[in-house]
Amino acid sequence: MPRYTALHDVHVSSGAKMGEFAGYDMPLYYALGVKKEHEWVRDGNVGIFDVSHMGQVSLSGAGAQNFLHKLTPSSFEKLGIKRTKYTVFTNDNGGIVDDLMVTKTGDDEFHMVINGGCKDKDIAWVKENLTADLEFKHYDDWALIALQGEQAERVINDVLGIDLSDQPYMSVWYKDYTMFISRLGYTGEDGFEISVQNDDAPELWQKLCAHGSVEPIGLAARDSLRLEMGYCLYGHDIDATTTPLEADLKWIMRKDEYDFIGAGQIKEPQRKRVGVKLTGKGIAREGAEIRNTNDEPIGMLTSGGFSPTLNMAIGQGYVPLEYTKAGTDILVNVRGRNIEAQISNMPFMPSKTKSMKK
Amino acid sequence: MAEFKYTKDHECIYVEGDIAFVGISGHARDALGDLVFVELPDVGKAVSKGDDVAVVESVKTAAEIYSPVDGEVTAVNEAMESDFDLFAKPVNEEGWIVKIKLSDTSALGDLMDQAAYDEYLKEVD
Repeated sequence: MPRYTALHDVHVSSGAKMGEFAGYDMPLYYALGVKKEHEWVRDGNVGIFDVSHMGQVSLSGAGAQNFLHKLTPSSFEKLGIKRTKYTVFTNDNGGIVDDLMVTKTGDDEFHMVINGGCKDKDIAWVKENLTADLEFKHYDDWALIALQGEQAERVINDVLGIDLSDQPYMSVWYKDYTMFISRLGYTGEDGFEISVQNDDAPELWQKLCAHGSVEPIGLAARDSLRLEMGYCLYGHDIDATTTPLEADLKWIMRKDEYDFIGAGQIKEPQRKRVGVKLTGKGIAREGAEIRNTNDEPIGMLTSGGFSPTLNMAIGQGYVPLEYTKAGTDILVNVRGRNIEAQISNMPFMPSKTKSMKK
Repeated sequence: MAEFKYTKDHECIYVEGDIAFVGISGHARDALGDLVFVELPDVGKAVSKGDDVAVVESVKTAAEIYSPVDGEVTAVNEAMESDFDLFAKPVNEEGWIVKIKLSDTSALGDLMDQAAYDEYLKEVD
């Protein structure tokens, strides 16, 4: 039996095409269709996304920061209160258990958003490593609604009367403990993720949706939007067998020596995650073999699809270091046919997120 | 009124003499969503019933078009590579993807007619 978010009925009654994702019956697309939904978000409007399948958990207690320094390769020493950081949980081999957002909500208190498909595993992993002085909570009766697009700040002001013009990127706003609004997202646009209790979610969704600049967006366009930004999708672009260095996530890792789980196993990488642009005709999807120009296999696409913004096929995959330079000619094999492609920098187009300073 | 035949995989077929015009049904067209690429076979390719004969890609997914008949590809609709709106046209007009010269016209008996296909759509929906 699939799980349902608090907004499931709303999606079904709005005619969304539903499908299974991360164990949930989720909206894949609505009446607009994937391409128009994608363009709606990119072209100066606002998309609303149900991302309640993601797990919302918190960690508190005197050792909370040290605990995060053990479970993740990032440093939280300089993170200000109400500020958010992207990081990963590492396993004993230095591979990635999940990627997540960590927000510091107090001196010894952190809120985390973890992937829907990973949450059972993550919760077990955290509990396995938990010490007696820490309290760990799973807010499984909370929903998460993303608003993404250039006008998101104005929509929140129009609908909720909350002025977030001074809120920096990667930070959270809350007045009481009924609604948390984080300025971040998975599209490369300005935007927010709003956390409310399940009981409040349908009404909030309907109110936001009623705004003229807002259209509901399904998981299919969420995927093409994040792919254009080169963001990782767990279970595809990163997993238990990829280290943060291989995944080109060195920027999340602390610079000083630190003994997080699996640290000793993370060697200089032999391969790296790269962006791929198809210059020849065709679409390559996850699993397509990457070859060098001598037609020798060198890797595999971990994500791939059509970019509505660039009007070409793009992807991500892992290749040996000698092929990672942007502009390197490669081939991608699709159904036995080689399509000409190039290694590309990521994001594939500039991100429009706000400044983290303010 | 042109008479169309259909497969369970939602290919739509129109037969003129010993030539089958093969495209996709309106149902398939709607289900695929925004089309972004079509891969056509070479003219002259010999195909057996059930072989991949073309691939239609939408933003969402890749859909293989299977040959509903045995025969030989005699024409491919290259205009479709740049004009995806053609997929919405009837297969006997501009909506065909490939034309296949039938090696055995009696094999068409397995295909559904319009009424049977409409019933089938109700079942699978």
